Amino acid sequence: MTVGLTHYLVVSTLLFCLGLYGVLTRRNAVAILMGIELMLNAGNINLVAFNRYVAPGAVNGHVFALVVITLAACEAAVGLALVMAAYRSLETVHVDEINVMKW
Amino acid sequence: MGELAAFIVLSLVILIPAVIVVTSRNIVRSALSLVPTFLGVTGFYIMLQAEFVAGIQVLIYAGAITVLILFVIMLTEGGSGVDVRQMNEQVPLGATAALWLAFLILVVLFRTQWPAASGQPPAYNAATIGSAFLSSYVLIFEVTSLVLLLSLIGAIVIARREE
Amino acid sequence: MSTFVEILKAIGLAVLIFTFLAVVGAMYGVYLERKISGWIQVRYGPMHVGRWGLLQTIADTIKLLQKEHITPRRADVMIFNTAPIIVAVAGLLDWVVIPFGTGFGRYLVVRDINIGVVYFAAMASLTVIGILTAGWASNNKYALLGGLRSASQMISYEIPLALGLLWAAMIAGTLSTVGIVEAQRGGWFLFKVPPLGFLAALLFLAAATAEVNRVPFDLPEAESELVAGYFAEYTGMRFALFQLGEYAEMYAMSAMAAILFLGGWLEPNMPQWVWALLGIGALAMAAFIRFSVLRQVMLVRPILALAVLGAVICGLMVLGIGLGRTPVLPSIVWFFIKLFALVFFLMWMRWTYPRLRLDQLLNLSWKVLLPVGLLNILLTGLLLTVAQ
Repeated sequence: MTVGLTHYLVVSTLLFCLGLYGVLTRRNAVAILMGIELMLNAGNINLVAFNRYVAPGAVNGHVFALVVITLAACEAAVGLALVMAAYRSLETVHVDEINVMKW
Repeated sequence: MGELAAFIVLSLVILIPAVIVVTSRNIVRSALSLVPTFLGVTGFYIMLQAEFVAGIQVLIYAGAITVLILFVIMLTEGGSGVDVRQMNEQVPLGATAALWLAFLILVVLFRTQWPAASGQPPAYNAATIGSAFLSSYVLIFEVTSLVLLLSLIGAIVIARREE
Repeated sequence: MSTFVEILKAIGLAVLIFTFLAVVGAMYGVYLERKISGWIQVRYGPMHVGRWGLLQTIADTIKLLQKEHITPRRADVMIFNTAPIIVAVAGLLDWVVIPFGTGFGRYLVVRDINIGVVYFAAMASLTVIGILTAGWASNNKYALLGGLRSASQMISYEIPLALGLLWAAMIAGTLSTVGIVEAQRGGWFLFKVPPLGFLAALLFLAAATAEVNRVPFDLPEAESELVAGYFAEYTGMRFALFQLGEYAEMYAMSAMAAILFLGGWLEPNMPQWVWALLGIGALAMAAFIRFSVLRQVMLVRPILALAVLGAVICGLMVLGIGLGRTPVLPSIVWFFIKLFALVFFLMWMRWTYPRLRLDQLLNLSWKVLLPVGLLNILLTGLLLTVAQ
């Protein structure tokens, strides 16, 4: 049987849900960012798969995927800078220990 | 037949390291497992005839973002290799949420009629993407470059040591 | 059935690349480096093992192979073992897009990927992960510092490298390496848009030297500073794998510079009288060295050999152009001449310049090479658009 659109969409769904599980359950802030990267990759697979199987003549999906990759890099840079700044003043990277502003 | 075998191999290369990423107790190991995931996604892009996006994926994700994550892990306390508790107390809720979302999306996927393909892939992918960026999507291009500049300055300012 | 044949072909090519490049190329690359370093330092290189020390690297490899595999205590063993493999494989994968010439009716390239230049930059950036994990997995402060420094150096210099690659791709109008060489039939890119071609070539060579951690950018592995840096804890075959990856990448970067700026495997098309003049000049230099007191100066003997070789090539070119054959010499010969000229240039730089300190190194990349690269692309784009 040939590989169709649904195959790619299933894999990207599983990847997205794994990333979501990572974001929801990890304590280390960097690990949460890694889960976010997995979710962005899943979205990219979707975009490129739709481009190939629905409208192969255009490159809209590729353009969108490239923009998403660029913005993921930006967001990873800023997020990791925040983690480093937080570590410097709060001495921890575990998000459940950063509760200085709780009542 | 060959394509199906390649698809299955690449799916395993993507999903098994992804499981390691979200469940490993050693954070350096989970950061390093991102690399096979990204390379598997690159393989998917090549199978989907998107070579330029595949090249950029390796260059940026596996080459730069992974290095960035590894740097920050090594410069914060996670890099000591000591096994601390990595999962917080929301594990059952998180697992339920992720499984339920997967179930919902898969049900919707299998019940939708996807439109059929129409058109031929362009001859030279990179050239078509380049001219698309400079003709129909020029605004997105310019705004993305602004966002890159802002995040560069922002990251430097935030992570700078106060002296 | 055909997928099976494709898989067999892929495995065969991988074995070919690994054995040819690893065994012959990297080993004799190390031999060449030792001989040239010796010559620059007015001493003989290896001379005892085999005639002129030709078997020296084989002896060294056998020695390295039979050393004990030491793993540091409390090091993460799986990561410790896979790091040299990443570096070696990424260094060898660079060679997939490098065309050696034309022959047997096709281009002699493993796979002419149509995003070849982007693929090359991507493989060069995969080595950083191997180096960083090697530094961390050794459980050794000096190795970690060396790994972090090397990784920050390599990611800083990826940008000027990519800018140099993009400049050539912009002028050629294609990202494929074969396309870039074919676009230089009208003149090498080194001489295109006169000062900017040289600038782009210098930029690329500087970035390439920093990417492979060679002097003057080898602070991460300097023996006097960091006790061999990130591979301090590696012994035996794993150390050999690191060296293999580094040498393979150095040769790949020189090959890419030859492709981008020196016309790859194309013959320089100069008229016959220029070749005749060059041949007569080379013969005169050879005769002068041979029949004068300079013959006894050890330093000068390789120049004699090179002058004779140059005279032979010029003579062949004169003969060939006279007979009307184009091209005269096979394209592989020209590719290797340019490759080894650039490799010699890199080795020459090693013994000429002192080592840069880490902050000088990073300053050079971010404050000098990056703006120069961007200006280069801007000006070249402007000039190309205006000239149309």
